[in-house]
Amino acid sequence: MDYVIEMLDIRKEFPGIVANNNINLQVKKGEIHALLGENGAGKSTLMNVLFGIYQPERGQIRVQGQDVNITSPNIANDLGIGMVHQHFMLVDTFTVTENIVLGSEPKKGLKVDIAEAEKEVQRISDQYGLKVDPKALVRDISVGMQQRVEILKMLYRKADILILDEPTAVLTPQEIDELISIMKSLVEEGKSIILITHKLNEIMAVADRCTVIRRGEGIGTVNVNETSTNELASMMVGREVSFKTEKQPAAPKDVVLDIKNLVAKDNRDVDMVRGLDLQVKQGEIVGIAGVDGNGQSELVEAITGLRPSEDGEILLNNQSITNMKPRKIYEHGVAHIPQDRHKYGLVLDYSIGENMVLQTYYQPPFTTYGRLNFNEIYNYAERIIEEYDVRTPNSLTMARSLSGGNQQKAIIGREVDRSPDLLIAAQPTRGLDVGAIEFIHKKLIEERDKGRAVLLVSFELDEVMNLSDRIAVIYEGKIVANVEPDETDDQELGLLMAGSQRQKVGEPQ
Amino acid sequence: MILQKLKGTWIPLVAIGFGLLAGAIIMLLFGYNPIQGYIALWNGAFENPYFTGETIRLMTPYILSGLAVAFAFRSGLLNIGVEGQVFVGWLAAVWVGTAFSLPAFIHLPLAILAAAVAGGLWGFVPGYLKAKYQVHEVIITIMMNYIALYSTNAIIRNVLTDQGERTDYIAESASLKSAWLTELMEFSNIHFGIILAIFSALFYWYFIEKTKYGFELKAVGFNRDASKYAGMSVKRSIIMSMVISGGFAGLAGAMEGLGTFGYMSLQNSFTNIGFDGIAIALLGGNTAIGVILASGLFGVLKNGALNMPTSAGVPHELVDIITALIIFFVAASYMIILFREQIISMYHKLKHKLSNISSKEGK
Ligand SMILES: Nc1ncnc2c1ncn2[C@@H]1O[C@H](COP(=O)(O)OP(=O)(O)OP(=O)(O)O)[C@@H](O)[C@H]1O
Ligand SMILES: [Mg+2]
Repeated sequence: MDYVIEMLDIRKEFPGIVANNNINLQVKKGEIHALLGENGAGKSTLMNVLFGIYQPERGQIRVQGQDVNITSPNIANDLGIGMVHQHFMLVDTFTVTENIVLGSEPKKGLKVDIAEAEKEVQRISDQYGLKVDPKALVRDISVGMQQRVEILKMLYRKADILILDEPTAVLTPQEIDELISIMKSLVEEGKSIILITHKLNEIMAVADRCTVIRRGEGIGTVNVNETSTNELASMMVGREVSFKTEKQPAAPKDVVLDIKNLVAKDNRDVDMVRGLDLQVKQGEIVGIAGVDGNGQSELVEAITGLRPSEDGEILLNNQSITNMKPRKIYEHGVAHIPQDRHKYGLVLDYSIGENMVLQTYYQPPFTTYGRLNFNEIYNYAERIIEEYDVRTPNSLTMARSLSGGNQQKAIIGREVDRSPDLLIAAQPTRGLDVGAIEFIHKKLIEERDKGRAVLLVSFELDEVMNLSDRIAVIYEGKIVANVEPDETDDQELGLLMAGSQRQKVGEPQ
Repeated sequence: MILQKLKGTWIPLVAIGFGLLAGAIIMLLFGYNPIQGYIALWNGAFENPYFTGETIRLMTPYILSGLAVAFAFRSGLLNIGVEGQVFVGWLAAVWVGTAFSLPAFIHLPLAILAAAVAGGLWGFVPGYLKAKYQVHEVIITIMMNYIALYSTNAIIRNVLTDQGERTDYIAESASLKSAWLTELMEFSNIHFGIILAIFSALFYWYFIEKTKYGFELKAVGFNRDASKYAGMSVKRSIIMSMVISGGFAGLAGAMEGLGTFGYMSLQNSFTNIGFDGIAIALLGGNTAIGVILASGLFGVLKNGALNMPTSAGVPHELVDIITALIIFFVAASYMIILFREQIISMYHKLKHKLSNISSKEGK
């Protein structure tokens, strides 16, 4: 059998940790090969080795049957390997085309020939049905589009072997469907794809084979049509995983969050939240279901003080917190797991310990008389790391060098541990493995049972259905329906999210 | 990330080596003996107490201006206005030093404080404009440099003197000099400012690394969105950072006004203390100890170079080129680290091509 990529017996160490050991990965031409493993198992590291960002301590890499020594991404490019990183690497203020040609610009004399480049980008975009506008600024396009730009970047460089590191984690369900058909058309054109994802049903849907790694060790490779999601899950975690979290019926009490007629604008000054009403009570989880871009982000940012409320009122425990400063709102008992962990959630150049006190650093015992108590800070951080199973050598490690999922677990730990009256969780399980998702769901339910109010925002209907005691459907900046999860189904929710009125059960509209 | 990469401390040392080598080549090309040249440089910096005193005297304001630039940089701001802040600090110190007669233990601290406050105010303006209206600090600070230059001149001419060229000498009680120290260092211009500069560096380190304010400033420097999310006041941090940065710069001005000169005269151009501060902060990796070491390098080069024309016959212009080369190499070495990846890959490509060629020839 001919393999386009062979990685044999790879070992890669970081100070204090063996990220890869004894891993074999063999990719056939024209296949979609999934790479599966827990958060911090070493998937991104392995791909960074293949892409020449890291040098392995041991092992051999063959490309098209030739032994190679990939010492830099440029060499990987020359060998036809392209990679889309877990966290995108685009320049916000550049256009799509400028981002794509960056580093290999077509020249006309000494000048960059942008017109020529735009034509080429358009051509490739048409060829694979990517529908990208070459002239748009990257900061103006959606995350899904940005991802296509990253894919185009690889294709522009004539890559035949495409590495996609958790491409679907940041996408909405619609965008995921589109990405899947893009991937299929890519392999039809003879490209090979290595796909990292935590979503087992995606693997079942597109992958031909799947290689599993656990805690840095290679476990094995299976044919996808001979396996099941349950088998994959237990291969990767090493135990049975349950996909549906058990919970008692909710016992809601007093209203904690009461939003009346809220109006908020987005960055372009367009009304995104348009007279929204919402209540969340003690001891219940309210899930916001909606298609991305219907005001979810603006709603969360208005509650947490990151965005001004233009009109209406936000009450927390009957006290107005409308347009208060974020710190005041935290002090009133709100915690917030942000949607974008790199933009808001972490200071990547701070240690993970410092990040654990990002909101509370100024309070005793972390600060006394203006002086930081690093002992207290790091002891506290170690406790969260322990409790939330954040896999890192210790709390002095830079947040930047944690795996994406472990960064997310650390943020969740920080927010939940403050034990707030109101916990706002925006896409809390983005990028987490199935075991970690199970754990986080349990934690959220535990918080609920302690009498906290939980507001969950998620694009994944499964998560909303599974976790919520009540589902509030958001459409064009308003809550258009409140439904109970056991009285509805995906289809009805889908219709409501698309703006149609509710008729089947419950109160007639 | 850049800060991370700048941490390697061996690089500046290797770079200084390369710089010296390049300087030697230049000297050889122009027919001078590089060994003699460098001995002259070394002697000019350290040969006797007088030279050593002068070296320390030169490095004192550099420490403070370097700290000023570094402080702003830590919170993500580029303070190009140190030059102007030095001027207003210098003027304020001299003003207080000439206007009052007080006991020394009040007069000197008061004059120093005045300099810090004046520099801080000069930093406040761009800080405020940046925080409130998102005006870029580089533009404002550059403009403020000119305002400082011309308005200090106007004040010296019209307020502190009657169309004079320079102010009166400051009172003895406001001076950083002491007869004892001057005598010890064989009548060099050294003064007690160096102690203040070292204490400022200590303060810088403590503030940035150990206090909650430093925690905020650095967080704002690394990631403004996350700082805002975390409930920090980004605006307050920006203003505070520029004010304290300007305060350090004002102190650098006090070194000139209360130490080296004891007066302020009309300036027809910038002193370069502030601009050199940018290089010093960069060389020092924006850390307190790094800034002290880099200031030392600047002090040695600038002072030692004065001795090269007389002792080794190397002309002034060449000396300037050599000192610039050494600094250039140190700065360039950081660039080399930043672009290491590209350089390595270029090297490998080259090797690849060469081996292709040789294997083809072999066939
Ligand atoms: N640059 C680095 N320096 C130190 N440790 C690192 C670095 N990069 C990764 N690690 C560590 O190596 C391990 C593997 O990380 P990696 O990013 O490969 O995980 P992953 O499988 O991609 O996880 P996730 O699903 O969460 O993205 C982790 O424990 C991580 O902390
Ligand atoms: Mg990863």
